[in-house]
Amino acid sequence: MRSPLGVEPAGARDRDRHPDHDIVQRGAFPAMEAFTIHTGRAVPLRRSDVDTDQIIPSEWLKRIERTGFGAGLFSEWRADEGFVLNNPAYAEASILVAGPDFGTGSSREHAVWALQDYGFRAVISPRFADIFRGNALGNGLLPVQLPAGTVEALQTAVEQDPTVEITVDLAAREVRGAGLVAPFELDDFTRWRLMEGLDDVGLTLRHEELITGFEATRPGWLPSAV
Amino acid sequence: MGRTLAEKVWDAHVVRRADGEPDLLYIDLHLVHEVTSPQAFEALRLAGRPVRRPDLTLATEDHNVPTTNTLAPIADPISAAQVEALRKNCAEFGVRLYPMNDPGQGIVHVVGPQLGLSQPGMTIVCGDSHTSTHGAFGALAFGIGTSQVEHVLATQTLPQRRPKTMAVTVDGDLPAGVTAKDLILAIIARIGTGGGAGHVIEYRGAAVRGLSMEGRMTVCNMSIEAGARAGMIAPDDTTFEYLAGRAHAATGPDWDEAVAYWRTLASDDDAVFDREVVIDAASLTPYVTWGTNPGQAAPLDSLIPTPGDYADPAARASAERALTYMGLTAGTPLSEVTVDTVFIGSCTNGRLSDLRAAADVLRGRRVADGVRALVVPGSMQVKAEAEAEGLDEVFRAAGAEWRSAGCSMCLGMNPDTLRPGERSASTSNRNFEGRQGPGGRTHLVSPAVAAATAVTGQLTAPAQL
Repeated sequence: MRSPLGVEPAGARDRDRHPDHDIVQRGAFPAMEAFTIHTGRAVPLRRSDVDTDQIIPSEWLKRIERTGFGAGLFSEWRADEGFVLNNPAYAEASILVAGPDFGTGSSREHAVWALQDYGFRAVISPRFADIFRGNALGNGLLPVQLPAGTVEALQTAVEQDPTVEITVDLAAREVRGAGLVAPFELDDFTRWRLMEGLDDVGLTLRHEELITGFEATRPGWLPSAV
Repeated sequence: MGRTLAEKVWDAHVVRRADGEPDLLYIDLHLVHEVTSPQAFEALRLAGRPVRRPDLTLATEDHNVPTTNTLAPIADPISAAQVEALRKNCAEFGVRLYPMNDPGQGIVHVVGPQLGLSQPGMTIVCGDSHTSTHGAFGALAFGIGTSQVEHVLATQTLPQRRPKTMAVTVDGDLPAGVTAKDLILAIIARIGTGGGAGHVIEYRGAAVRGLSMEGRMTVCNMSIEAGARAGMIAPDDTTFEYLAGRAHAATGPDWDEAVAYWRTLASDDDAVFDREVVIDAASLTPYVTWGTNPGQAAPLDSLIPTPGDYADPAARASAERALTYMGLTAGTPLSEVTVDTVFIGSCTNGRLSDLRAAADVLRGRRVADGVRALVVPGSMQVKAEAEAEGLDEVFRAAGAEWRSAGCSMCLGMNPDTLRPGERSASTSNRNFEGRQGPGGRTHLVSPAVAAATAVTGQLTAPAQL
């Protein structure tokens, strides 16, 4: 269930370009999907502490692939007919609006892959667990932190009218829709990296000489695993 | 202004710092297991990149491995394929691996410390949230996702935003019968599952200083359950005594140089933490969880809470949902909750001192009829040490199952799982819905409480036996 994506050309405006733009390598696998602006329907998940064991149960973690996790997304909860993702009114949703402390627990990046594979492009919550947030930013799934009252208002709006469209605008760092305009914070560097769809390995390898230089300063007594 | 332990370790590992960008941190040790690494190795392969520092990388098989019949092939073909993928990847990229049945195999967070690889002042990462365990040594140790695993394999570094710091000071001494597990459950209940978000917690105070290294590992292990990026304890003589003589620890003049450096790591007296929490050790009693996140914990001698008592609507809704899932009634004494299964093991409580604590309770007693009790050492070395002391005989004589090393019933990735509706007292770290198997109900407890619960069939502290 992929929704139409309202994605502008990456790096459309010059002021968003990082000075190193032209020399950055693209990640070989998989190219991170750039995120600039996305407009879509949203599904309300009125639960706090949504842990990654719920997002993708551990049985799914035995797979060695990086794709195909959408079927496992919230699989225990989806077994309940009344679960919000089973409501056909939200079948087209591409934005998840969840309660506080989303993505707690295990470091499994499979949680992010499952959300993306299912069709989500952004998650909105009053607070994210740190590892989940890092994993999401590394894959181009935008974690948008908004005040609890704003999240609540968005949930209420999409409960009242599931066809309401929400826009997550990374360039402007704001969420718009349902009569709301809500700014969110994201540092300039991370925003630039997301808008360009750049992978961190390529960015870091530009500094390989610094890494080699650092290694020369490490004390000899540090342990080796060999 | 002085610096905290976390800030000192951080500053010593910055490869590159640039305005507005995350710091690029050097990683001293990268631990790897079969679950979160296959996609990372595959990415390296596709990009034609090597593992930059195989000598700073160590792999073990733990999440998928069965804990019985370990000489037979793994029955589940998907688990078997994942373990096989790790073996192939380690061979191809030159990474040292401790496979099933190897004397060095075990849970990744038990193996690193027992080898003496986890040392003060180091940066340690692993594709596993309980990497915070190694912070017990005064290392900055944290869990990462698979893309970051790939990043560390390729570059031995990680771009990271500098975290905030939080001091959790536990004054006084823990009362008799109160363990490291009770302490960390009480801390998480106090600050909440998101209370440590964005922070590195430093555990301080007399009660923390008084813990053994294994107790400190239990505390730091569950830092992630409070949402913290990492948990740390300043290294001291307890740390150095634990490390001295271990396989990968320095010797001779190198050891002296290392210890001299390690002694400089403690937070300065004038260091300022972004947040401070103080806990009175004397007020603590054995703790258990009643809900479906580790923050939903209470003293074992208290009543299951009433959701309506929570002022915060999200906490109230969460409590209501948790009680429904757990099949519990508000107001019931926790000590009246009956269990079907007792699990003693995991990276939280699968070390020798944990097994000793459980054996001390079970010695001369019997597991209650109808209760299944699994005792799973955290590593093959722990297993061997426990057997040398005869602990396996104590467990068997009591009617418990003595298993081989692995993550076992901590998570539903291997044959050791709860059946739907089944209830456990578990020394592991997560009581999430379905964590130990779909529909399973988990109460987190200390090894001593787990053992006493096995004897009575209901949540019990050893003092009540």
